[in-house]
Amino acid sequence: MALSYILFAFFATVAVVSAILMVTRRNIVHSAVSLITTLLATAGIFLQLRGEFLFVVQIILYVGGIMVLFVFVIMLVNLDISLRSVQFNRQKWVAGVLALVLGAQVVFAVWLGSGTLRLPPRHLAVMPARNTEAVGQALFSQYILPFEIASVLLLVAMIGAVVMAKRRV
Amino acid sequence: MSHLTMPHLIPTSIQPYVLPVLWGVVIVAVLPLLAGYIVLLERKVMADMQARLGPMRVGPHGLLQPIADAVKLLLKEDIIPHDADRLMFWVAPLISVTMALLAYAAMPFGPAFQIADLNVGLLFILAISSLGIYGIVLGGWASNSHYSLLGALRSAAQLVSYETAAGLGLVSALLLAGSLSMREIVQAQYDQGEWFVFSVPIGFFIYLVGSIAETNRAPFDLPEAESELVAGYMTEYSGFRWSLYFLAEYANMIIVAGIATTLFLGGWLRPFPRFNDRLPGTSVEILDALPSLVFLGVAAYCFWLAPKQPVKIQKLVMGLVGGLCVALAAALAGSLFAPDAVRLGVHGGFWFMAKVMAYLYAFLWIRFTFPRYRFDQLMRLGWRFLIPLALVNLIAVAVALVVSQEWGWHPRVTTILATLATLSVAVWLASSDEKHETAIRTADGE
Repeated sequence: MALSYILFAFFATVAVVSAILMVTRRNIVHSAVSLITTLLATAGIFLQLRGEFLFVVQIILYVGGIMVLFVFVIMLVNLDISLRSVQFNRQKWVAGVLALVLGAQVVFAVWLGSGTLRLPPRHLAVMPARNTEAVGQALFSQYILPFEIASVLLLVAMIGAVVMAKRRV
Repeated sequence: MSHLTMPHLIPTSIQPYVLPVLWGVVIVAVLPLLAGYIVLLERKVMADMQARLGPMRVGPHGLLQPIADAVKLLLKEDIIPHDADRLMFWVAPLISVTMALLAYAAMPFGPAFQIADLNVGLLFILAISSLGIYGIVLGGWASNSHYSLLGALRSAAQLVSYETAAGLGLVSALLLAGSLSMREIVQAQYDQGEWFVFSVPIGFFIYLVGSIAETNRAPFDLPEAESELVAGYMTEYSGFRWSLYFLAEYANMIIVAGIATTLFLGGWLRPFPRFNDRLPGTSVEILDALPSLVFLGVAAYCFWLAPKQPVKIQKLVMGLVGGLCVALAAALAGSLFAPDAVRLGVHGGFWFMAKVMAYLYAFLWIRFTFPRYRFDQLMRLGWRFLIPLALVNLIAVAVALVVSQEWGWHPRVTTILATLATLSVAVWLASSDEKHETAIRTADGE
């Protein structure tokens, strides 16, 4: 199982480093590429956990769909403003302290509840060979209501976008 | 592939990895050559359709032209524009070609020749090959040139529009297959006794159009339209980097052809795979012997033509082509008497490649027959015609499947009804689109 730890360490490192790069790069296209790298590394972690379907969907939706639109829009709009403007305000020490406090809270909460916290077994006795089918079954039986609500929400957003962008004919 | 015995020299712990790695190396090594010869085929077909000869100088009938081109590209000066973003300029072609090659990991070239049969095989290929767009977009941006940027923008818009339609077209066949594994999709077509192109012809048509647009081929080659954008996103590229883009484009063409072959054209199955009559006195199936006979016929025709050629070199080449056909026929016939694994592998590979080549030939044919679309026409075709049609087709096929399951109608009847319903919707869509177009023109005061 050493291999799976190495893989996890690799993907996790790539994800965190490129996430940091995404925030700190001045060039907005470089930021977008870093974000893409983060998403890909996350997909890699899904694959390492044997979530094949999640891995592929992460790539198709986020990397192949949403990020392509991001990059498209970035190239359409004017970039010079973002290059010249001040990227960070001067409250980073306050922000750092707040982030530390928040992190401490999370650690404290997990530590308090560690008795009731149940992690799933590390290695499943039987690996679900039909990953995709299992996801489909769960979505359309157990979680049908949240699934449909999410679809309606997306539909509303889409209709809203169409109405706002519509040219009168 | 456990039935193929491994040499005992290889330790058992790495044995499962040996064949996949071997296949991977074979694909990476052979693909550039194949791409080069597809380019030659393209030029020859184009020349034939335009009543010319095409490349004739390098080698007999231009047969060595791809190698000359490759050497030229490798030796060319590698230019990076002064104001380019150097890192992105360097990385972009690599992204394109890596993603194109990576997608072959799940592509089944035959029952034996597949690197990995993933449970999500089809989605994997679609996901990975859709990442190739970053190579185009980032390359166009990094060149810091107007033509490149416009080409990249067009490419991104086009891909996002047509990927949806093509994907929906694929889903209609997936409904019939009931699996995302490439191997099981082919098996489903064997079990149901027909290629899915006959069950969901409209799905196939939508995928054909969508795949041409996704690979940026004419008549949808706006990202690299010569008369408007020089060479689009690769205007500033030269030499080796340029050839990487080129390789990626042709690798992607083979991928979309492979997807269409697997989903709609029966993958590595031969026509009439369940017709098992055997030649009298042997264990050879009649239909398996047919390809060899056809090649022998072509060879005989070549040998008959050879002495009639005007120039000596042409006689020689004709004879050589005939010899190649004989060799191919011998290989196909010889494998009939080999163990089952080898026989299925060779014949499956042959049929798969034959179908892929037929699909690619259709690409070339369309390219040299249709004029290029205007960008607004392209967007309208995608969003106002193909995507609604794909949705209607999907629902119709789903209803057909449910009806045949619940009421016991024959699936062939219900799929034909679904196709007819979708066709009538297509006619209505096309006519309403025309009216809409006229309305816009009058509103614009034309």
